[in-house]
Amino acid sequence: MEELSELLGDAQAQVAAAADEAQLDAVRVAFLGKSGSLTGLLKSLGKAAPEERRERGQAINRAKGELQQALNERREALASAALEAKLAAETIDVTMPGRQGATGSLHPVTRTLNRITAVLAQMGFEVADGPEVEDDYYNFEALNFPAHHPARAMHDTFYFSDGRLLRTHTSPVQIRAMQRMEPPIRVIAPGKVYRSDSDQTHSPMFHQVEGLLVGENVSMANLKGDLHSFANAFFERDLPIRFRPSYFPFTEPSAELDVLWDQGDGSEPRWLEVLGCGMVHPNVLKAGGIDPDRYTGYAFGMGVERFAMLRYGIRDLRELFDNDLKLLNQFV
Amino acid sequence: MKFSVNWLREWVEADLEPAALAERLTMGGLEVDAVSPAGAALDGVVVARITGTEPHPDADKLQVCEVDCGAEEPVTIVCGAANARPGLTAPLATVGAVLPSGMKIKPAKLRGVASQGMLCSASELALADDAAGLMELPADSIPGQPLSKLLQLDDTCIEIDLTPNRGDCLSIAGIAQDVAALAGGTFKPMTVEPVEPTLEDQREIELTHPDECPRYLGRMVCGIDNRAESPLWMVEKLRRCGLRSIHPVVDVTNYVMLELGQPMHAFDASAIAGPVSVRRAKAGESLQLLDGTDVELTEKLLVITDKDQPVALAGLMGGMGSAVTPDTTDVFFEAAWFDPASIIGRARDLGVHSDAAHRFERGVDPTGQRQAMERATALLLEIAGGACGPVVEAVREAEIPSRPPVTLRRSRLDRLVGLSVDDAQVSRTFSDLGMAVAEVEGGWEVTPPGRRFDIELEVDLIEEVARVYGYDRLHESVPGGDLPPVSIPEAQVPMARIAQVMNEAGVSEVVTYSFRSPEELLPMGVDQPLMLANPLSREMSAMRTSLIPGLLKALEHNQKRQQSRVALFETGRCFLPQADGSVEERDRVAVVAAGRRHPEQWLRSEETLDFFDVKGWLEGLVALSGASADFSFEAGNRAWLHPGQQAEIHRDAEPVGWVGTLHPNWQKKADCRGPVVAFEVDLAAIVGGRVPKAQPVSRYPSIRRDLNVVVNKSVNWRSIQQIVEETVGNLLTSLVVFDEYTGKGIDASQRSLSFGLVMQDQGTTLTDETVDGVMSTVITRLHDQLGAELRG
Repeated sequence: MEELSELLGDAQAQVAAAADEAQLDAVRVAFLGKSGSLTGLLKSLGKAAPEERRERGQAINRAKGELQQALNERREALASAALEAKLAAETIDVTMPGRQGATGSLHPVTRTLNRITAVLAQMGFEVADGPEVEDDYYNFEALNFPAHHPARAMHDTFYFSDGRLLRTHTSPVQIRAMQRMEPPIRVIAPGKVYRSDSDQTHSPMFHQVEGLLVGENVSMANLKGDLHSFANAFFERDLPIRFRPSYFPFTEPSAELDVLWDQGDGSEPRWLEVLGCGMVHPNVLKAGGIDPDRYTGYAFGMGVERFAMLRYGIRDLRELFDNDLKLLNQFV
Repeated sequence: MKFSVNWLREWVEADLEPAALAERLTMGGLEVDAVSPAGAALDGVVVARITGTEPHPDADKLQVCEVDCGAEEPVTIVCGAANARPGLTAPLATVGAVLPSGMKIKPAKLRGVASQGMLCSASELALADDAAGLMELPADSIPGQPLSKLLQLDDTCIEIDLTPNRGDCLSIAGIAQDVAALAGGTFKPMTVEPVEPTLEDQREIELTHPDECPRYLGRMVCGIDNRAESPLWMVEKLRRCGLRSIHPVVDVTNYVMLELGQPMHAFDASAIAGPVSVRRAKAGESLQLLDGTDVELTEKLLVITDKDQPVALAGLMGGMGSAVTPDTTDVFFEAAWFDPASIIGRARDLGVHSDAAHRFERGVDPTGQRQAMERATALLLEIAGGACGPVVEAVREAEIPSRPPVTLRRSRLDRLVGLSVDDAQVSRTFSDLGMAVAEVEGGWEVTPPGRRFDIELEVDLIEEVARVYGYDRLHESVPGGDLPPVSIPEAQVPMARIAQVMNEAGVSEVVTYSFRSPEELLPMGVDQPLMLANPLSREMSAMRTSLIPGLLKALEHNQKRQQSRVALFETGRCFLPQADGSVEERDRVAVVAAGRRHPEQWLRSEETLDFFDVKGWLEGLVALSGASADFSFEAGNRAWLHPGQQAEIHRDAEPVGWVGTLHPNWQKKADCRGPVVAFEVDLAAIVGGRVPKAQPVSRYPSIRRDLNVVVNKSVNWRSIQQIVEETVGNLLTSLVVFDEYTGKGIDASQRSLSFGLVMQDQGTTLTDETVDGVMSTVITRLHDQLGAELRG
């Protein structure tokens, strides 16, 4: 019996000392395997006296049970230590930045154009397009600019040698839309326009959005109502606005829309001109093939760069066309 | 147009402070640009008279003046002005006064002599831009009177920015008439009495182009002293309207122009011989204008001539040869009416500035010439003496434009303005504006005055009512439901989507000028772009035929500013000259990219963008159309691209663009660091999408088979793809190439490609036999048609 308890003590010591699964298994085989020491003791029972045999057998089985439990406990302990070690090895610095791709940006003029177009689309305006190389008829004559009228001097025009020109405004699309469509007409025409003028506040190429609404009872009240709604929606606040009488050959009465703009630098808010508008001139309706006695309409034209600059606080018009990524990337 | 409020008040009684007046003008359509005081405060500057002078004991150029400034005792002033003399009345800045320059007057000693103030020139008082010597005040001024009181400096100058239709407001009288309506004031017209002629001198006048000049008045004024000083009140009014005093004759013509809006001209009568004629110039004639410009005359130009030669460009500017000088004694006054069409654009074409042309081209009252002539005569006689001959008027009444009455319907007014202005107010608006108004059935009949060239149609009258009533008082309303909402075509890919896909690929949008240097287009083989006839510069003279040059410029700009990754796109119009001289405008989308594949970061190694990155972006765009299968890429051979890295893009059979690496030669020429990969595609090809049509989803499992073949390097993926697609047909749900290998184990002329076929049947589970059969046909065809061998 002393032999057995010595054997069990030795086995338990070895289990406790096993450093990994393989060592532990070697311990199991050495004691409980087919030719293990404890197994050997059981096998040698046959040689013992019968009365001794039962008692001895029970003792050996008890020892086997104890050893098996020790083995199981040790195995669990080893597995959990191994997992912990693995996880520990996988530890990362969670404060490092995440993986990123590059993100491109939309040009502020396009962003503004999209915004203007989206607001006006909500108000029911459809987008129309026209050529940028225009002729005198669509750019001036059909829009009621008398030949050689001083109003033409307000438009510094780029010409080609055959007399065609780069459109100076998006208003020619008014004529094209009226020729193509029947009233009621509700269109906007966003696009590039050109004037031969280049300095801090003028770019030879810039963008406008033209608007035209023709119907049977369109009045100045509609013009004011729609543009006020537009300005509120675009700027997302109720800016003070005013309609000021002005002159465009293709509208009568004509007006400019000013907004009272706070520069944010502590100076007095100033009235800034943001768009020209008016009731479509009867001669223009006629040029568009529309009966001016039956229909009336309003039209407006807004400078996109002016809206972009106000909305995003861009100080210098020329920055818009430098295409420097340091500016562009602010519009991601 | 700049004017003095005090002068305006002589013409209209209106109870408005200058600031309120300016607000009313702006809101009435005469936009105010600037409001400024007529002069500096000038506290402590008084009228003074020099009663005696003595040379300064220690300075040659200084005089010691005894000056009466209204005080009991005269004061002593040391003065260096050449015109300081006994009897001269001049402004004195007394001790304590602060001049507009900020200079404070203190008792001073000049070379040992005490001076108790400073006698001033007009420029020192900011009353003139430049002035030599002391400002000479009228001799009857009272010493001690504050100068600001003498000059009535308690006045405001208002500058209005007139729209081209309001030529009628280029005069005090015209503005006054508008103010009468806008501010509810009373217009006070001036009565001009004719000046009885005392001489018989006159010139005959001949009108050979009465359509362009139907009225011309002339008058001789002889024996004047043009060295006389123009009176202070006139000099000051001119100054407050932005004009400098020259000499009496010029001052008078300018004064009348400002007051009545009628430009006048005065010739030195001794320099024009015989009768005066208004005719077209003859080729070969020339004229030197008053401002020194030499003009080669053409038959298009209307001129004033004497019996020998042109002496003035009609309505524009007089000739140097007949210019009035301070020594002139006899003048010939002209007050004429020229048709705007015969004047318009001339000053601009000739590059000269002319107040007269500015008015004539906008339209001058064709009935105002006689009044202007009489007014000018009276003023000149009063200032410079002399005597006048009779007014000679050449006129062709039939050619003088009339202002026919215009009818305004009440219904139309209400409909356009959107509210009802009451009858009395409408009538009063027109009469306040100087229009003859009569109430008729259902509206009004209104006859505008001669100077209102902008009133022709009913809408013109409606605008008058609306602006006088006040745009700010009109209602606001949103149009009703008679306009149905518009449909949004779903098959069209919105531009915003295109931009979004590019942005997500890390490509930023740029906007570049549509006009480029012709040299920028040359590398793309374009030598005859559409050229502007009047470009701002050669660098901005050729209409782009491609977006690439502008993008390259932006790429270069950013590379020079230390950007290690530049990927840019632009959408915009290109202008393609056609054989018949027309221009096709085509919208395109283009990309240029160079530098790092990813922004610098710790997780990624430094890789350089290549062809497949950019092609991948393009495929992303193409996918937007929902019709990727319609697009094909074939190796191309554009000379300005890398010969081995470029593809032509077709949608169905139509060429729609290209993608490729820029040829190193072009890249270097554009001053860019490379490799630069680019594409340019017609937007229509991408935007023209289709509304998706859903395919039923198969319930049966799919089977994937991978193939690894070795082919000659000349065999491209597309040809393999085509054979696979043809052979497998509808069973093929996807085909993906997942590896390319060249090198060890494979002949140098060959490459190995690995690809996977995913197959699925709509109606049954595919069996191995079916799939094996299909695969063996694929392998046979690849071998027979492309020489492909199975590998490993």
